[in-house]
Amino acid sequence: MQLEKSLPSTRHSPPPGAAMPAGIRRRLAIWPARLLVLAISLFTVVPLAVVMTSSLSPDPAIWQHLLEFALPELLRNTLLMLLGVTAGVLLIGVSLAWLVAVYQFPGRRFFSWALMLPLAMPAYVLAFAQVGIFEFTGPIQTLLRPHFDNMRWFPEIRSTTGLLLVMSLAFYPYVYLLARNAFATMGRRALEVGQSLGLSPRQGFWRIALPMARPWIMGGVLLVVMESLADFGTVAVFNYDTFTTAIYKAWFALFSLDTAKQLASLLVVMVFVLLLLEQYSRGRRAYSQAGRTAPAPRLPLTGWRGWAASGIASLVLLLAFVLPLLQLGYWASRDFANQFSADFIVYAWRSVLLSLLAAVLVTLIALVLAYLVRRDGGAIVRLAARVATIGYAIPGTVLAVGVFVPVAWLDNQLIALLGLGGEVTAVFKGTLLAMLLAFMARFLAVGHSAVDAAMNRITRSHDEAARNLGVSGWALLYRVYLPLLSGGLFTAMLMVFVDVMKEMPITLMTRPFGWDTLSVRVYNMTSEGMWDQAALPAIAIVLVGLLPTILLSRQRDVA
Amino acid sequence: MSLLELVSVSQCYGDKKIIDQLSLALEAGEIGCLLGSSGCGKTTVLRCIAGFEPLLDGEIRLDGRGIASAAANVPAHQREIGMVFQDYALFPHLSVVENVGFGLGGLSRSARARRVAAMLEVVGLAAYGKAYPHELSGGQQQRVALARALAPQPRLLLLDEPFSNLDVDLRERLSREVREILKSQGTTAILVTHDQHEAFAMADKVGVMAQGRLQQWASPYELYHEPQTRYVADFIGQGAFVPGRVTGPRCVALELGEYCSAVPRQFVVGDDVDVLLRPDDVVHDDGSEVKALVLGKVFRGSEFLYTLQLASGRSVLALVPSHHNHAIGEAIGIRLELEHLIAFRQQ
Amino acid sequence: MSKKLVMMAVLAAMSSAALAEEITVYTARAEQLIKPILGVFEQETGIKVNVVSGGEGPLMERLKAEGSNSPADIFMTVDAGNLWQANNLGLFQPVKSAALAANVPAHLRDPGNNWFGLSVRARTIFYNKQTVKPEQLSSYEDLASPKWKGKLCLRTAKKVYNQSLVGTMIGNYGVEKTERIVKGWVDNLAAPVFPDDTKMLEAIGAGQCDVGIANTYYFGRLLKKEPNLPVGLFWANQKLDGVHVNVSGAGVTKHAKNAKGAVKLLEWLSAEKAQKLFADIDMEFPANPKVAPNPVVASWGKPKQDLINVSEAGSKQAQAVMLMDRVGYK
Repeated sequence: MQLEKSLPSTRHSPPPGAAMPAGIRRRLAIWPARLLVLAISLFTVVPLAVVMTSSLSPDPAIWQHLLEFALPELLRNTLLMLLGVTAGVLLIGVSLAWLVAVYQFPGRRFFSWALMLPLAMPAYVLAFAQVGIFEFTGPIQTLLRPHFDNMRWFPEIRSTTGLLLVMSLAFYPYVYLLARNAFATMGRRALEVGQSLGLSPRQGFWRIALPMARPWIMGGVLLVVMESLADFGTVAVFNYDTFTTAIYKAWFALFSLDTAKQLASLLVVMVFVLLLLEQYSRGRRAYSQAGRTAPAPRLPLTGWRGWAASGIASLVLLLAFVLPLLQLGYWASRDFANQFSADFIVYAWRSVLLSLLAAVLVTLIALVLAYLVRRDGGAIVRLAARVATIGYAIPGTVLAVGVFVPVAWLDNQLIALLGLGGEVTAVFKGTLLAMLLAFMARFLAVGHSAVDAAMNRITRSHDEAARNLGVSGWALLYRVYLPLLSGGLFTAMLMVFVDVMKEMPITLMTRPFGWDTLSVRVYNMTSEGMWDQAALPAIAIVLVGLLPTILLSRQRDVA
Repeated sequence: MSLLELVSVSQCYGDKKIIDQLSLALEAGEIGCLLGSSGCGKTTVLRCIAGFEPLLDGEIRLDGRGIASAAANVPAHQREIGMVFQDYALFPHLSVVENVGFGLGGLSRSARARRVAAMLEVVGLAAYGKAYPHELSGGQQQRVALARALAPQPRLLLLDEPFSNLDVDLRERLSREVREILKSQGTTAILVTHDQHEAFAMADKVGVMAQGRLQQWASPYELYHEPQTRYVADFIGQGAFVPGRVTGPRCVALELGEYCSAVPRQFVVGDDVDVLLRPDDVVHDDGSEVKALVLGKVFRGSEFLYTLQLASGRSVLALVPSHHNHAIGEAIGIRLELEHLIAFRQQ
Repeated sequence: MSKKLVMMAVLAAMSSAALAEEITVYTARAEQLIKPILGVFEQETGIKVNVVSGGEGPLMERLKAEGSNSPADIFMTVDAGNLWQANNLGLFQPVKSAALAANVPAHLRDPGNNWFGLSVRARTIFYNKQTVKPEQLSSYEDLASPKWKGKLCLRTAKKVYNQSLVGTMIGNYGVEKTERIVKGWVDNLAAPVFPDDTKMLEAIGAGQCDVGIANTYYFGRLLKKEPNLPVGLFWANQKLDGVHVNVSGAGVTKHAKNAKGAVKLLEWLSAEKAQKLFADIDMEFPANPKVAPNPVVASWGKPKQDLINVSEAGSKQAQAVMLMDRVGYK
């Protein structure tokens, strides 16, 4: 994109007749925007830098140990997890999206939005609920045990397979949502084109629909990969050791924060390479459709095929949402009287407030970022935007520390500067503002992907038409982009909202005194293995997240 | 035997009949066209032939073999029927070469490359093989879509409003070009359009459709000069209906005088009829006794298209060489110069 | 000048400084276990107690980052290993208090009086009453013997309790022998290691395995919920060095703004009333020897405790973690 070349923004244009060479004028027009992008990326870069700047000399004893006994397995595990979960979310997400978008079968309308519901369930909650259902002491095995000599044949849920299944069930909605909307706009058409060229529907799916939906599907997969890499709660339930586990171990068990930081730096580099590879592999290809046609009617699946489709969708919904919710409900019911109090309303209210504020802030910043990247398009700006969105892949606890350290430093400087020592201990830390900034560093990727995708659908002619009518600069954003982007912005807000509802480590680290939310409650209870007591706040998280999730699934205009 | 035959094909969405007992036949190498306003069902006919929609009733035969009926269907991808979509539906993630070669899965790599090169040559895009669709102009994209559809040598090519996304200038040029390409390849094709100029420029046979029914299936010349229904007469070309009374087996009396055609018509003497007068049927003649008032005029270069008011107050159109420049309000002499009598009984 | 005043006023308003006396506690103990006790303190003294809960690692990082401007007066956490680490980072200040010295036995506090144990938990052996006779049990080491093959359940090695247990074993037996024992445990596992003690105790009750190692208070809490669980408690190593004990504890932070109040709170927590609450709410052993444990806990008997100073475990923790890594105990 080279918009600025032909279209200088009038905002920075000198008055007519000013004798300023065009080149200089152009550069002047660009720099404020560039600085703004860099400023935004600083909110992620600073915490990252805190995480990544360790003493350059690695602790030889610990590294020796890690290299010998931990890292090879951790890397293998991490890779296996990423591949397994990617395969899982692709299989579940893409196939369900294809069914729902292209075929007609009993219950299709219901499944179309209901299959999004698992998004409201935090992965760690799904994990402990699923383990609760299927483990030895869980209801299923307890029910079956009297009827069998032994239960060795029953698959062990706390295994790699179990972890991959649970993570796939927890994360598939990202892929499902994006793929469904991509297929809905071009799925049937892709089949028809294929058929007119002699491809069977199956070939059409593999050779046309799937490649064409690739950027959307990859966008979903990327979110899943980043979230899996950053995950600690779910793998902890399964006691599955990943790269993130190693960071925690180095820090909390071996008391070597430096090693932890060095490991985290490696993780960041890996993610960055992953992002660049994805970007690079797209090359010159474009994915936005030139003209959109009315969606073709859905193909009916008759007889057993239709019921099989409903059956598969029901099974996924059952495993990813209904059964775990029932299990949580059962746990909660055992201790409901002790647990439910007026405090609960307060926790829920804080969760909602926090999520809402974060959603608005993140979306706003994502919008500014996407707009500036589009207007500028230079390499620096693109890189800065990429960096700004990398926080999603950093384990929450690590990022929380990365955010807290500079905030505390700033506070200390301010307090020293103003001579307030002794009376004042905090300026920014422990305020909602600091908390929101931390959320921004973490979730900008989520907001950005939705906004950016919507931005990509605005054609150059929209720009040109507006500029032709004398609208440019920020007015262009306000009068043209904002209305065109409203769908994408709404999507971004909903996704961030649901994510912040589920977030734990940053909330714990940066919240104001006594500012407990639902996820803090879940943390406190699960950290002591008090599942009955954790169930109620967990259910509340799911329930509060349901509304935005349903709204999200109704959004046609998703990424 | 015709290459394509539709035998009383019907199709509906819910209770609404989209195609109503439509029959037509197309010979090998011919280009057919379904013409009608939007919502007349013409695209649905195309989709039925392609195999994207099931039939409610009737049968479609290709090369004498049944490919679709209410009972059985050959799957769309086995019909060897190509299609050019209204929005081209080019694959944005594939280059031009990859797009054109997409349907050539059965060929060896080198055979495919030769075929793609040949097709690009045919459509005049040999230099653009490595480009991606979004880097091409609308007309170029259109030709890529055509090349892609033609590459597998389909037995029949369907074109759905192929030029509707292009500007008028390009539309005319391309429709001529496409016709030449199709003829040079000996391709049998059916296109769907709402634009009669396009239909006349492209097609050997044109069918006018209205409300799911095929009004007439004939050559453009016949459609214009011998429309079978009042709808066709009205839809095709310009003109105005003028009432008349049948005076003999071959003659009708009009306000502008009596006219007798060469062929006898099936009217009874004394019948009241409406006669279609095309602009070229009304000739400017200063010597004529019949005078008409100039109501409006459109300059068309070599001609003026005058809207004239007869004594009865009815209007007719007249095409007059442009050196006859008359002012609005002026009375000019006219006479009829009918070659084809198009008349319908008054309702 | 006036500008500076305005700034100060704004900052003061934004900050958490308040007029009434306050104590701020950073705690890695689960909030629901500590808040009720602190609530009683608030009622009795009228002093407001702010609680910030979180993981011990992040809280220590937070204290470090805040430095002299930390609002924290007390840092409270479970496990001597964590307390040792906090002390190592210089987060505590020594406290001279006769009351604390009297209430907390020497082996349950830091030699330099930087932190004090407030409650004691033993990490011992539990067994399924239907399949195991207590006579078959003896020590942690015994659980490594092949007779328990496929019958042992353990919690994950990531939990600091197990790291401390293995740490004290290293202190008692040396690295080599400890490594052999832990290797034996891993070979005997009946199921993948559990994420928490409660789940593991339930698994023993359901018969997934016969024996396991857990903290006593988890057992006490579980019994409150399921009194008929067929799980028995066995005091490990009674003929040897005694059962492994650990503490939860707290210390006054180095930069406490209200160090006097903090000491007062620590003294109160070590005195009889609070100790009784620890005993009843959390089902832990009181640190204060003058206070009797909860009747249920008391019914388990009075075991011989491993009297090595608990902070020993902390210094051996990293060693213990590496040892467990080597034998594949995850």
